[in-house]
Amino acid sequence: MDKLSHIEGSVVAIPVNDIDTDQIIPARFLKVTDKDGLGKAAFCDWRYVEDGETPNPDFILNNPAYQGASVLVAGDNFGCGSSREHAPWALLGAGFKAVISTDFADIFRNNALKNGLLPIIVDRDTQQQLFSLAEEDPSTSVSVDVEAQTLTLPDGRAVAFPLDGFSKFCLLNGVDQLGYLLALDDEVSAFEASNPQRVVTTA
Amino acid sequence: MTVNGSPRTLFEKVWSAHTVRDQSEDTPAVLYIDLHLVHEVTSPQAFSMLRERGLEVRRPDLTIGTMDHSTPTTPRNELGIIPIADAMAAKQLDVFSKNCDDYGIPMYALGGEHQGIVHVIGPEKGLTQPGMTIVCGDSHTSTHGAFGALAFGIGTSEVGHVLATQTLLQNKPKTMAVNVEGRLGDGVTAKDIILAIIAKIGIGGGTGHVFEYRGDAIRGLSMEGRMTVCNMSIEGGARAGMVAPDDTTFEYISGRRHAPSGADWDAALELWRELPTDDGAIFDQEITIRADELSPMITYGTNPGMGMPITAAVPMPADEADYNKKIALEKALNYMELAPGQRLLGKAIDVVFIGSCTNSRISDLRQAADFVRGRKVADGVRMMVVPGSQPVKQQAESEGLDEIFRAAGAEWREAGCSMCIAMNGDQLQPGQYAVSTSNRNFEGRQGKGGRTFLASPLTAAASAIAGVVTDPRAIMSSTL
Repeated sequence: MDKLSHIEGSVVAIPVNDIDTDQIIPARFLKVTDKDGLGKAAFCDWRYVEDGETPNPDFILNNPAYQGASVLVAGDNFGCGSSREHAPWALLGAGFKAVISTDFADIFRNNALKNGLLPIIVDRDTQQQLFSLAEEDPSTSVSVDVEAQTLTLPDGRAVAFPLDGFSKFCLLNGVDQLGYLLALDDEVSAFEASNPQRVVTTA
Repeated sequence: MTVNGSPRTLFEKVWSAHTVRDQSEDTPAVLYIDLHLVHEVTSPQAFSMLRERGLEVRRPDLTIGTMDHSTPTTPRNELGIIPIADAMAAKQLDVFSKNCDDYGIPMYALGGEHQGIVHVIGPEKGLTQPGMTIVCGDSHTSTHGAFGALAFGIGTSEVGHVLATQTLLQNKPKTMAVNVEGRLGDGVTAKDIILAIIAKIGIGGGTGHVFEYRGDAIRGLSMEGRMTVCNMSIEGGARAGMVAPDDTTFEYISGRRHAPSGADWDAALELWRELPTDDGAIFDQEITIRADELSPMITYGTNPGMGMPITAAVPMPADEADYNKKIALEKALNYMELAPGQRLLGKAIDVVFIGSCTNSRISDLRQAADFVRGRKVADGVRMMVVPGSQPVKQQAESEGLDEIFRAAGAEWREAGCSMCIAMNGDQLQPGQYAVSTSNRNFEGRQGKGGRTFLASPLTAAASAIAGVVTDPRAIMSSTL
């Protein structure tokens, strides 16, 4: 995972509540065995017309003015539904570095953080302000300081967002969580020694 | 089982018994995992990570694989093999098979006698037991909470963590008591309970929480009914839902392949009986619904929270005060091609799907079969019945349920996730309407452009016979 300390990027808004992971990447794209190439499938059923290839001109991500946007601002409860980590892989593949919403589904948020896609929780007013700004001016940009946990809006207002300390450490240092767990090998062995195994799948 | 006299919830007991390291200001808790279920779709990248880093699977004996998501449910050929037409699915299944072989993980392969949906086989094999921690790269892992286990879905990175270390980093969730009091009326089932709960709290209502389903209506459910309720906890935003184990639980587990026996059974039972929430334990939130006030439920929109009693009318966006919610409702009705205020009863349908980890167990199939026995599926309606596992299929066939479905004109299929996730070719055509016993009605979930009404097996079967959305109580009373 690359280090992530700052994000400067233009904003595109999908002001829809409860965007589920089936919209972020439909299940028919989950027959892959690697993580690559999923960007083109992001929001597939909204992004392309019936043939699945021709861009739907009405969908915001196909608007030339918003090409290159790296910050997605979305309606409430983003990422609900399935546990598929293909959702953050697809968003990253489509060029996004952060998603802003008032709330994220738990599994999506966990998955995003493990891949360096930053879920930014803001209040309703900030969300609505960003919807308006992005709609009015496609060049609307924001900056994000991961260390300070702030999102700075075009008017200079800095909005604080929550981020657990461990995820922040991993993002800033570009390390994944597995290294931490592997280093606990002795503690895990001690736990196993003092707690009986519940089932034996190999029996 | 109180510590220092302070009463604890079922969740807290299971959580604290599995913390290898407690949560601190700097790090989440490290939780030990008793059982890891893996399937073909969310595991390949985790196994690739193990190979890249030269890691082993720490506990293959606590891990089990099954093929379910991308598998065909079409009939076997003359050799008894289920052919895989989709090259990508075939490759994914091959990769999964090799991964399980390479790392010594037992695996139920397509068409084998034990294969089935991951959340059906765990309980069926007696692997799912009270007080355990259970994870899987699938959000409906919450199903296993019906046994008083702490069970939740994880992403593929976390699948890798569990494979390599048998542990997970987790921030401690909050708890919500979901009380379901009173007695269910005729024709009202576990599926209607959970659809009513989600309609009440909304699909994000349980975010950050573990549910504990309580109350006499929950106690009165069979294990399969409790699994249906816990299964859809995630559709209310909760990663896990739990039911305290009781005699119903123990009776279900007893004698199953991986259940303890003899002195081990007695010892297990002693521990399991200590799990239920202590009197006076505090939940972070609490809600109550009345079972006796529930009707069969149906969804009208594009998420499982958009549900209502089957006799009700589709809500009006104009009545929605919250702007975001109003827009969401308009968008949903537009996709569903439904009018505000419209009633769904009598709405023509194209497909009925009975299956999925929510409602594909033997009691679900028996309920549906009772309805279609001696009747015909309406002209122009496709009814698919997909058992949750090969053992469910065999049991159903031994009871003659397959013949009842076939005689009615329904398709009797091989076991798998099938049209719930529509990865395997079992899917709706654009514009079609389905009554489905599955768990998600998201746009395109059951096939691009398809429209899903979520409901119970009873409602689905009644609707298949009538060819329109039908209140099962209407058919039940007509047969009395």
